[in-house]
Amino acid sequence: MSIWEYANPKKFMQTSAWLLPWAVGLTVLCLGIGLIWGFFFTPDDYKQGATVKIIYIHVPAAMMAINVWVMMLVTSLIWIVRRHHVSALAAKAAAPIGLTFTLIALVTGAFWGQPMWGTWWAWDPRLTSFLVLCLFYLGYIALWQAVENPDTAADLTGVLCVVGSVFAMLSRYAVNFWNQGLHQGASLSMDAKENVSDVFWLPLLICIAGFVLLFIALVLMRTRTEIRTRRAQALMARERLA
Amino acid sequence: MIALLIRDLRLAFRTGGGFGLGLAFFLLVAVLVPLGVGPEGGTLGKIAPGILWVGALLACLLSLDRIFALDFEDGSLDLLATSPLPMEGAVAVKSLAHWLVTGLPLTLAAPALGILLNLPPAGYGWLVLSLALGTPALSVIGTFGAALTVGLKRGGLLLSLLVLPLYVPTLIFGAEVVKRGAAGMEVATPLALLAAITAGAAGLLPFASAAAIRVNLR
Repeated sequence: MSIWEYANPKKFMQTSAWLLPWAVGLTVLCLGIGLIWGFFFTPDDYKQGATVKIIYIHVPAAMMAINVWVMMLVTSLIWIVRRHHVSALAAKAAAPIGLTFTLIALVTGAFWGQPMWGTWWAWDPRLTSFLVLCLFYLGYIALWQAVENPDTAADLTGVLCVVGSVFAMLSRYAVNFWNQGLHQGASLSMDAKENVSDVFWLPLLICIAGFVLLFIALVLMRTRTEIRTRRAQALMARERLA
Repeated sequence: MIALLIRDLRLAFRTGGGFGLGLAFFLLVAVLVPLGVGPEGGTLGKIAPGILWVGALLACLLSLDRIFALDFEDGSLDLLATSPLPMEGAVAVKSLAHWLVTGLPLTLAAPALGILLNLPPAGYGWLVLSLALGTPALSVIGTFGAALTVGLKRGGLLLSLLVLPLYVPTLIFGAEVVKRGAAGMEVATPLALLAAITAGAAGLLPFASAAAIRVNLR
């Protein structure tokens, strides 16, 4: 029994079919509890008023936007090294989800920034690097769509993902260097002296768990679709040959 | 390798189009921006470092799809792949040739355009130095993008979508050097970081580009 067993599409389909209802159910549960608790049963912030509640969507989406790219990097590396098709398809399936999370983080951030900072957009390092991340996602997705042969596409996007990761990190530090920040620092770290107050902390944690589960559910669903598409293509190719 | 370099240079000079086009585009950017922004010297001087760097970057982008496209079409890229020269070396030479025909002329022409944009006198030396250090990175990164899109029929637009985000760090540090230099501030940090990006990209990216070419030729 090794983890690579799940690289077998058949085994993956079996496991994911069993896993998917659980992931969906837990997502609904976590997001339901977290969002309702956060929106209706936490007090308004003394300075920010009700706008503080955007945190329950903004922070989890932003965290996931970065984590999805990391997951794509890992699955791309697995594809490049071990040539497991499921891995490449999972990376392909994850990219649009990551792009959506990035856009959610940018848009909710703008909604929060308008009343708080008095502007929809500022060229703050965090905002800018998210915009750049958004461009990386767009390029990655566009390359998948442009290349016809699925194996070539998987190889090229894999290389792009690895190189892009390095440059995304570089851009992150470059924009830090380029402009001073307006965005507040991390407020959830385990070791920080000043964190978000406990009242907000617990529902936020549940929301983050909900977003992680949401991503797992979506990526399983989309990977299953990709595998089925691939099977259908193989069947059609066989049909044409016969 | 040298033969390949000479061949590429000769092709670039004699087929026309590629070599002068980038420079002309750079000139046009430097002319169009004042027309759009207005002729006040103060404003222009302030944005000149950024405009010159963005202009150089876009001019570089224009000629990227020519790096491999022609060789791919007439089959000489296949010959290169089967030659004893490793693909990594061939790719590095191609980047060098691209830099010699676009990056280097852009660097040399930049001071003249700086005058058009009213760049403060202290900035000229740093402008040339930063472009000389930074444009090789643009060529190497662009070669990677061209390698990814070489087999595609309509790769041009995709190429810019892939390459421009990768240009972000180079642009930031490059423009920062000129901005600080023009304002008479310390430039050592961004200059060192810019050089680091060029060195890192030139050392590592040819491997990624060669891998992409091999995939595309498969």
